[in-house]
Amino acid sequence: MSDNILTVSNVSRQFTDSEKTITVLSDIDFELKQGECVSIIGTSGCGKTTLLRLVAGFDKATGGEIRFRDKAVDGLDYRRGYIFQQHNLFPWLTVEKNIEVGLKARHVKKTERPSVQEYIELVGLHGFEKSFPHQISGGMAQRTAIARALINEPQLLLLDEPMGALDTFTRADIQDKLLEIRKLKDLTMLIVTHDLDEALYMSDRIIIMSARPGKISEVINVNIPYPRNRSGTEFLALRNVLLEKFDLANAQPQPEYII
Amino acid sequence: MAKKTSVKVPYIFAVLFTVSGFAISILINLLYPQKAADVAFKSYDIPFLTLNANDLYITVLALLITGFAVSGIIAHRSDITSASYRNKAKLRFAAGLLLGVLDIAGTKEKILPQPFFPGPVEILEPFLSEGDFIAENLFYSLRLYIFGFFFGAFFGIGTGILIGWFDNVHFWVNPILELTGVIPAVAWMPFALTLCPTPFSAAVFLIVICVWFPIASLTAAGIRSTPKALYEAAGILGGKSSFLLFHVAVPHAMPQIFTGLCTANAYAFTTLVMAEMLGQPGGLGYYINLSKVWSSYNKVFTAILIMAVLFSIILKVLKLIESYVLRWQKGVVK
Repeated sequence: MSDNILTVSNVSRQFTDSEKTITVLSDIDFELKQGECVSIIGTSGCGKTTLLRLVAGFDKATGGEIRFRDKAVDGLDYRRGYIFQQHNLFPWLTVEKNIEVGLKARHVKKTERPSVQEYIELVGLHGFEKSFPHQISGGMAQRTAIARALINEPQLLLLDEPMGALDTFTRADIQDKLLEIRKLKDLTMLIVTHDLDEALYMSDRIIIMSARPGKISEVINVNIPYPRNRSGTEFLALRNVLLEKFDLANAQPQPEYII
Repeated sequence: MAKKTSVKVPYIFAVLFTVSGFAISILINLLYPQKAADVAFKSYDIPFLTLNANDLYITVLALLITGFAVSGIIAHRSDITSASYRNKAKLRFAAGLLLGVLDIAGTKEKILPQPFFPGPVEILEPFLSEGDFIAENLFYSLRLYIFGFFFGAFFGIGTGILIGWFDNVHFWVNPILELTGVIPAVAWMPFALTLCPTPFSAAVFLIVICVWFPIASLTAAGIRSTPKALYEAAGILGGKSSFLLFHVAVPHAMPQIFTGLCTANAYAFTTLVMAEMLGQPGGLGYYINLSKVWSSYNKVFTAILIMAVLFSIILKVLKLIESYVLRWQKGVVK
């Protein structure tokens, strides 16, 4: 019995079509301990979302094993919450009812349900209980989606570029909210992102993936105490290290063409 | 040329204008001499009073005037309703005036081809002469409609859900639906009349068939077009397959189900009247047929008038239910 919430060992995923087999992920190994927050970053097409979907149970690995609380992942489990890039709220339900969906889906008895209002307050949506998703902003919708996932009291929260569709200010706001909730509920989080700042600001560890086939190329520990300062020296130093890794630190010389 | 500026007339004039058409028609009825011969209206005893068809016509006009005046006062309370009331003023004026014109052309002068185009007074007369019989037929139609529409909607939504949800059912049943759906329901009339135990059940069967098709196909389409992302969201929250069906797919299909219900409603009216005209012991269609045999074209118009009112009310109720159920769509769709 290990104290890992999640153990991903030697996982690979291949997609086969009529002509060829494409390896999207290979040799993925990592672990997540209780209360940890880990980010996976990589260029687009490196298979980071595929990996997160495997962990969630939306998809099955073709090789290796994913264990969640010492049991092999097989199908979906409400204890692994998932935040999508698009909020994916049910348009026919109000904010309040959307948050409540998990409890209804799991047939939790009315008397044993946690208070929906508590979660509405948690994500700061007081006053919008009766609004429909199209009546609120993108940031509010994503916060509703977070509350909807949290009401199930997940032991692991998976976030797939959760702030990808939001502007800078809303993004920072939700990041702080998530960190606050993490402290409050001792939440374990696995975040897929392509935003280096987000990864640095949020996580204890950053897993860097390389593409074709998707592999873990490096793991970086972020030993900066929370709450982090986005413009602190340590933060910026580590940010430069990351930028170097993606060859983004300096302007790239443009090739000259001779016609 | 001077530019036209629209001056907003006081609201009271809009109300007066609305009702003036009907008032003019009352005056026409009372003052315009009866030129055509052989027009005499029998008096009927109804509870508390005795009146003839002409009195009834004037009463109806007076009721319309009262109704529009009261609705004008009610509409005055909000800007949207009062603007809409103002907007409809000329239409209602014209409708009122039209009654007066028809009164002259159909009854007073009889310049329209007779007996095909009676005046409004003659169209109202059957309510006095055989009101009970009309009510009987009205309830027969209504009962037929309710049975046919509700069973048809029930089966339609049921099969639509099965076709939309189970790929196997879709494969085997959808072709049947597509093939039989295009056949007008009345084509099954011979089978319906011979195989069903009563004429009533035969007509219900025909209405069920014509209602079933559009509802089933639109429900299925709505369910099949549910985005995968919504299923995934519900699944990861702990929803099992019955939850995905009834709390994700069906609500997602709801707008299309309502489109189906409205389409089916129109088909149901058509089939209802046709079935009644072709072999029912009652109903408004039957009443039309019976009146036609006796060349009582005024009664045909009476039945048509009742249908217009009845079907508009049913449609209105359906639209009200729709706008309540789909209130979450308000602002999403135009």
